[in-house]
Amino acid sequence: MTDLAGPVGGRAKSSFINDPKVRSIGLQLIALVVVVFLGWSFTENARDNLAAQKIATGFGFLDNTAGFGINQTLIPYSETSTYGRAFVVGLLNTLLVAVVGIFLATIIGFLVGIGRLSKNFVVRTLSTVYVEVLRNLPPLFQILFWYLAVLSAMPGPRNSISLFGEVFISNRGIIIPRPLFGEGAGIVVWAIGLAILLAILFRHWAASRQEETGRFLPVLWVNLALIIGLPLIAMIATGFPISFEVPQLKGFNFVGGVQVIPEFVALTVALATYTAAFIAENVRSGIQSVSHGQTEAAHSLGLRHAQTLRLVIIPQAMRVIIPPLTSQYLNLTKNSSLAVGIGYPDLVAVFAGTALNQTGQAIEIIAITMGVYLLLSIITATIMNVYNKRVALVER
Amino acid sequence: MSMTFDDGTFIRNEMAPVLPPPTQRIGAVAWMRENLFSGVLNTLLTVFGICLVALIVPPFVRFMFLDAVWAGENREACLGPEVGACWPFIQAKFGQLIYGFYPISERWRVDIVFAAGALLLVPLMVLSWPFKRINAFLFFVAYPVVAFVLLTGGNINASAFLLERFGLIRGLVGDAQIAGVNLVFWVDYVLTALLVMAAIGGLIALLGGSGRSAARTTFWVFLAFGLLIFIWDVDVGLDYVETRQWGGLLVTLVIAVTGIVASLPLGILLALGRRSQMPVVRLLSVVFIEFWRGVPLITVLFFATYMLPLFLPQGTNPDALLRALVGVALFSAAYMAEVVRGGLQAIPKGQYEGAMAMGLTWSQMMRLIVLPQALTLVIPGIVNSFISLFKDTTLVLIVSIFDFLGQLRASFTDPNWATPVTLYTGFAFAGVVYFLFCFGMSRYSLFVERRLNTSHRH
Repeated sequence: MTDLAGPVGGRAKSSFINDPKVRSIGLQLIALVVVVFLGWSFTENARDNLAAQKIATGFGFLDNTAGFGINQTLIPYSETSTYGRAFVVGLLNTLLVAVVGIFLATIIGFLVGIGRLSKNFVVRTLSTVYVEVLRNLPPLFQILFWYLAVLSAMPGPRNSISLFGEVFISNRGIIIPRPLFGEGAGIVVWAIGLAILLAILFRHWAASRQEETGRFLPVLWVNLALIIGLPLIAMIATGFPISFEVPQLKGFNFVGGVQVIPEFVALTVALATYTAAFIAENVRSGIQSVSHGQTEAAHSLGLRHAQTLRLVIIPQAMRVIIPPLTSQYLNLTKNSSLAVGIGYPDLVAVFAGTALNQTGQAIEIIAITMGVYLLLSIITATIMNVYNKRVALVER
Repeated sequence: MSMTFDDGTFIRNEMAPVLPPPTQRIGAVAWMRENLFSGVLNTLLTVFGICLVALIVPPFVRFMFLDAVWAGENREACLGPEVGACWPFIQAKFGQLIYGFYPISERWRVDIVFAAGALLLVPLMVLSWPFKRINAFLFFVAYPVVAFVLLTGGNINASAFLLERFGLIRGLVGDAQIAGVNLVFWVDYVLTALLVMAAIGGLIALLGGSGRSAARTTFWVFLAFGLLIFIWDVDVGLDYVETRQWGGLLVTLVIAVTGIVASLPLGILLALGRRSQMPVVRLLSVVFIEFWRGVPLITVLFFATYMLPLFLPQGTNPDALLRALVGVALFSAAYMAEVVRGGLQAIPKGQYEGAMAMGLTWSQMMRLIVLPQALTLVIPGIVNSFISLFKDTTLVLIVSIFDFLGQLRASFTDPNWATPVTLYTGFAFAGVVYFLFCFGMSRYSLFVERRLNTSHRH
């Protein structure tokens, strides 16, 4: 393909300016010079502008006192904390939305995507309508809709909607019970970890046993029993150390429990349902990419319907589904920056919003913010490349 | 009719009448048994789905049509129990939602821009209609220039600015305006053009290339640029409307269309750069593309609003909308580059080889053989990135540019229309508008995809 770079032939007579190699080097030199010149003039201008506007430079401001409050903090934070701490708080809030949103979007997306292929007319139509409507409305519109039209219209705390008397939904968000860890709670946590470890080991052992003998073991039931049973035994043995503080209505608001702020609910629900529409399409095309012959072959080998799905269809579909799925996860994470539209304190709202307004250090702050998202993208892309190499079809 | 023989043999000599199929196998009942109630889970799902429909559709229809208020002057009309959508609110705010605060007496200019855009876009989108080249030129080159003059009022006085910064003979002659045209500037411009033509032509000729063709290319560049300056500079007698007064659907469309129109050439260049054999060019393209694709648009807008002014020379203070447009164009160029790259990769190698065997130069090969095919292939991709750009334009409301959604949000605060249903009415209207735009475009993209699949198989 080297010869694509320039005209071929006639080299004997024409001058060296028509030589592809000379041209290529010349063009690259010009490109380099342009980029270097742009970079140089930007730096010069920035230095002059910053000096003229008396804006400080450097990352020293990260140690200064931020002086503003944040209404959702996963780590201790107060108005006397530093900008650096505010950055971490914002980053954690972004990650929280991303993780919860990805979890919900995956579940909804897979359900709707399978629903799109259902034989059931009602389910199929509803799934299609869901995908088309949600996909064709701007995410910011949906976030504002959830925030302004749905959550603000919820009743006040006194008339809040109660689920089983434990969870309360009102216009101040959702209040859930707070787990309280008493003495011996550590043992229960250890028991949960042990149960998960044992379940994984049992699955491996069952798989290798099936390879040898061909006999299936009831992996699902044994593992369920392990994961529920072991912590339960630990709970009984230690005398139920984990209890829940149920929120109580006192005066005009709730006391106790964990309050999930309405901004978080609106942002997460809107992003999860929006992204789920795209995931549904990925899932549908992934399943459709597995040819029907695979199903027929599996049936003729004597596999039951569920086994066909689990052992033949899903593994092949996942190879097609996972790459676009991760890019949807990344999109959801990037879209979580829309939080600034409703005032959820994510990285952009806290750092590129409030901190930028207070310090005026646009270059440093925006560079850090962009850097965080870039880093997330690069990490995801790297993991994806490794995964793709592992699952790629080995062509014989 | 049948025959019966003496020995009792019975022979039928005509076809038995076709019996109707068992009622359980055809018709609505059978279809329902097959599709809706074939098992316990299926039945449960059907019942759940029907409940969902019953829960959503009737209240929606009641809100939108049956209980809706259709006429009224102010909030009084939409108060009261059991009131649906307050359509007079949309009527009252309609101008604001479409034009923002664009002066009412000047709104005909926006209408012309909308109409011209539609007139040029429709023949471009119908694949079988002729004159695609000239149509594309009109839409992607001429239309933005004219739209700019119509929307802002033109007369931006670039000639004075350029003369002051780069003028050669400014010192010799004073300012001579004849019929609104800055004569000194044009004399200066022609002189500059001749000088640069001579310099470039001479340099290329000295190096052994074709000096004449280099000079000709320079001439065309200067001519196009001069034409642009002339059109934007001439006083056509329209009032100046600052971009701060623009808003509503106008801004939404301006940002989306500018983003696509500007990102197309940039994206093509980047895509070619990414597939180039020159390591420096390839590296620069990859870094550019991956950088913009890796960050969310909102940080790009923050970058354009707060950081870009710092990078420009002191005293230049670009307009807020222009800054946002630059950010959006860079952002969408990166996505466009990936779309175009997909098209370039889909062109079989034989096309490249055939073009080279014909003795075409690289630029001829790209212009005449590869890009026409590649760009046709990626029309669905371009439409899809237009859809996502259209949806993303809503973000500009965060940097205080009031697009359609921003105007809607602003109109909620009007005390004249403060009713319990105002919010829902606004969301319903905006939802319908956004949905119609995006859904229509996605259908179009699907249609093109299907057409290309059948007729352009390689």
